[in-house]
Amino acid sequence: MAASDRSVSPFATFRRVAQLVAVFAFGAYLQASGMLPAMLLYSEDVLFLIRQHIFLVAVSGALAILVAVPLGILLTRPRFRHFTNVATQFVNLGTTIPTLAILALSMSFLGIGAPPAIFGLFVVTLLPILLNTIAGLTSVPAPLIEAARGMGMTERQMLFQVELPNAAFVILAGIRTGLAINVGTAPLAFLIGGGSLGELIFTGIALNDLPMMLAGAIPTALLAILVDFAIGQGQYWAVPKGVNPLR
Amino acid sequence: MIRLENVTKIFGATTAVDNVSMEVPAGSVCVLLGPSGCGKTTTLKTINRLIAPSSGRISIDGKDTAAVDEVTLRRSIGYVIQQTGLFPNKTVEENITIVPDMLGWDRQRSRRRAAELLEMVNLDPGVFLKRYPKELSGGQAQRVGVARALAADPPVLLMDEPFGAIDPINREVIQDEFMKLQARLKKTVVFVSHDIDEAVKMADQIAIFRDGRLIQYAAPDDLLAHPANSFVADFVGSDRTLKRLRLIRVADVMDANPGYVRAEDRLEAAAAKMEEAGHSSIVMVGPQGRARGFVTLEIARSRKGTVGEHYEKLPTVVSPADDLRTAVSTMFARDVSWLACVDEDGFFKGYVTQRGITHALGATYRDG
Repeated sequence: MAASDRSVSPFATFRRVAQLVAVFAFGAYLQASGMLPAMLLYSEDVLFLIRQHIFLVAVSGALAILVAVPLGILLTRPRFRHFTNVATQFVNLGTTIPTLAILALSMSFLGIGAPPAIFGLFVVTLLPILLNTIAGLTSVPAPLIEAARGMGMTERQMLFQVELPNAAFVILAGIRTGLAINVGTAPLAFLIGGGSLGELIFTGIALNDLPMMLAGAIPTALLAILVDFAIGQGQYWAVPKGVNPLR
Repeated sequence: MIRLENVTKIFGATTAVDNVSMEVPAGSVCVLLGPSGCGKTTTLKTINRLIAPSSGRISIDGKDTAAVDEVTLRRSIGYVIQQTGLFPNKTVEENITIVPDMLGWDRQRSRRRAAELLEMVNLDPGVFLKRYPKELSGGQAQRVGVARALAADPPVLLMDEPFGAIDPINREVIQDEFMKLQARLKKTVVFVSHDIDEAVKMADQIAIFRDGRLIQYAAPDDLLAHPANSFVADFVGSDRTLKRLRLIRVADVMDANPGYVRAEDRLEAAAAKMEEAGHSSIVMVGPQGRARGFVTLEIARSRKGTVGEHYEKLPTVVSPADDLRTAVSTMFARDVSWLACVDEDGFFKGYVTQRGITHALGATYRDG
């Protein structure tokens, strides 16, 4: 059964080949039009800014996960069940605020530089993770909880052996969404003095310098794809086989 | 033994369980029966304290359950629920070893136990131990659910409509398997059901609930023969006497001292025996006492010779171990008014007649 699931269909093979051809054609075009050599002029800047970018993403993302998952767990404990819905509403409201506005707000009380950028990114990443943690934990079927309790599991055992493994896929999906938003929003950090690849993008736009802009935009895009891929792999391997829709 | 004394559970304005007292003897199966919302499940859950009773006392083997820590109590009671409650993130083996693991069993021992239990519920350990619940059919999942409840060998088993979600054919099979298992393990079982047929089949005692009250607590045959009131009578159904057929063995109503003839006997002698007993046919047995066939009075009178020359084959027989439902069903299907009872080795044990059956069923009403 597993073998047939994993075997690649002819269509998927075709698509993969088409993608590679497209990437190659794009690269050839960039080279031919002199864009690539122009972009390479910024390679030093790019390396520095990528590091800054990754720093912003890693710190804000890690903080968001470390806060959102435990907070989601806490909000779904019987003691706080009354607040679960209110919290969800509140978080939903939070996700409607444009990310740029969140960055601007955080700048207004944290000043400029990396801290407000990290805080802003932390907030936009936190919300989807929190939302999915709550959704994942509250959708664990009631009979499972009842069986676990009836068998004599403690609250702690229920959380780690039943609730979290069964919610893991949804929680990781939240982390995936959150970090995708995070990586995509990070360039905006430039606007409040937080650095990141946004420096090349926004400056490139301002100076109408296409190579400069692409030197920032392409690494940003690649970084987003890489992060998404990494978490996708995490979802595939870390979620128990019995509750993993991918396996 | 499980004893409930004046157990009451009040949720807000509704009384879910109203002053219930009952006793389930050790090693017997008690079915809590009633329409939905009658308090049977709530009563069950007060036993392992998933629901704390508002008042009253529950004891298991004389020990007050309120005096034991909840978690310890639940680990000593097997629990099976309708939706199986198997954890989808764990394999069958991991599901079964949950309670042994929590009790700190040695890993080797709990794994051996898991394999042994799967055998016990008729699942091949080689095939099923490493499977995930989503790879099981409903019947298989419920068997694993039963195995899991038995893992730490608890003396008490609570089952909340365990076979309710299984299709009728598999339900019969799994019920039979469970009864065989129970005959061997002799657990004290409290079993919630809304199916009177299931209750009659499984129970040593049936407790009928209505609106949180225990209406009648009796052995199945007693309940069917003498419902306490019109509610119970309606609930067990207007065909309740027919349901009793399942509870009575052929051995209980058959004539165990039957007349019989042998192949070498003369037809006149056979006719005389039949006339004496007032029967219209008689079974012919072989030299060892195995049933071979029968002759009718008509033939015995009208022909000459030995029984061996004129007997007919028995159209069908029943075993003394069968229930009356099987016997009656066979009679109706073959359009006969009596059946020879033959044990597994083919020996003729007696016969059962339609009149004998109706007489046996009616006895309890005449005495009452």
